[in-house]
Amino acid sequence: MNRNPYLRPITSEWIFRHPRYLRYMVREFSCLFIGGWTLLMVWGLKQLAEGPAAWAAFLELLRSPASIVFHLLALAFAIYHSVTWFNLTPKALPLQVGEGFVPDWVIAGAHYAAWVVVSSCVLILGGAL
Amino acid sequence: MRQVELEVLRYHPETDREPHFQRYRVECQEEWVVLDALNHVKETLDPTLSYRWSCHMAVCGSCGMMVNGEPKLACKAFLRDYQGVIRVEPLRHFPVERDLVTVIDDFVAKLARVKPYLIPKDPPPEAGEYRQTPAQLKRYKQFTLCINCMLCYAACPEYGLIPQYLGPAAIALGHRWNRDSRDGGREARGEELAAKEGVWECSFVGACSEVCPEHVDPAGAIQQVKIESTVDWYQEHLMPWLKK
Repeated sequence: MNRNPYLRPITSEWIFRHPRYLRYMVREFSCLFIGGWTLLMVWGLKQLAEGPAAWAAFLELLRSPASIVFHLLALAFAIYHSVTWFNLTPKALPLQVGEGFVPDWVIAGAHYAAWVVVSSCVLILGGAL
Repeated sequence: MRQVELEVLRYHPETDREPHFQRYRVECQEEWVVLDALNHVKETLDPTLSYRWSCHMAVCGSCGMMVNGEPKLACKAFLRDYQGVIRVEPLRHFPVERDLVTVIDDFVAKLARVKPYLIPKDPPPEAGEYRQTPAQLKRYKQFTLCINCMLCYAACPEYGLIPQYLGPAAIALGHRWNRDSRDGGREARGEELAAKEGVWECSFVGACSEVCPEHVDPAGAIQQVKIESTVDWYQEHLMPWLKK
């Protein structure tokens, strides 16, 4: 018998084959918004260095409706990104104590707690709290 | 008894240019799994249908196939859990040898590359067997449960897109030995596991762990190897005095 294996082609259809792939792609896609926001902050620093007029113009730009929509989207994606990664931390950091493992919720919970602490410090240092 | 309709991917390497689907109507019993239906087709309707199976109890790992687009063991996929026509295809991402039989050479070669066997840390005990505490056993036991069914490879889009990727099961089995207290082969395995086409090809879709019928959690194994490999790199490049 002649062998003649057939390799089925891969198409981008896999993204929609199961919700898990779509969730994954959304997580990957979130980096565009987080990256965009980071670039905006770098640009803001540059405007600050250029003087009060440039800084005021930058603040004015932030108050525009398009900017507010962008920030809401970036915030939603950043939260989705953080939550999905924190929920995966027990897989990457299993903690064995004796013959058992620390429950997943403790490991994920510790990350959430650290997130709250660090975010609070940033908000306090920034004068928002 | 109830009737189910199976839509099975057929491919005959000597006569077909590409695969096609064929439908079979099967009178099935309530407790039947997809494998029972396939056996029924082969025994009574179409003896030319080819597929792999052996144990019929989710131990041998032979009957992995796509059932309605999801990688499943055919012996563990109950017909009663499906509505309408059930589509059965060979495991995705592997070349089709014939019908539901895939070419698994790539996985077998990758498995060998991770050295999935004991590389003793110390000379073997002079008398008796190796000793291990229950805690030491627990450290790796979950990863011993892999049955090489390759469902994780069929679920992993990274493997589908980048066939050079070592893949979930091979990495989990390499990691299994790395975590064994008797083993000293982590550095030797690192060449394959900690490489670009090893764990660093993984972008943590997590599908491998979701479809694993034995709850091995290969995605967890891969992330753990990533962390170990990162710590190794920092120790080697930034804190060489910490390394023996």
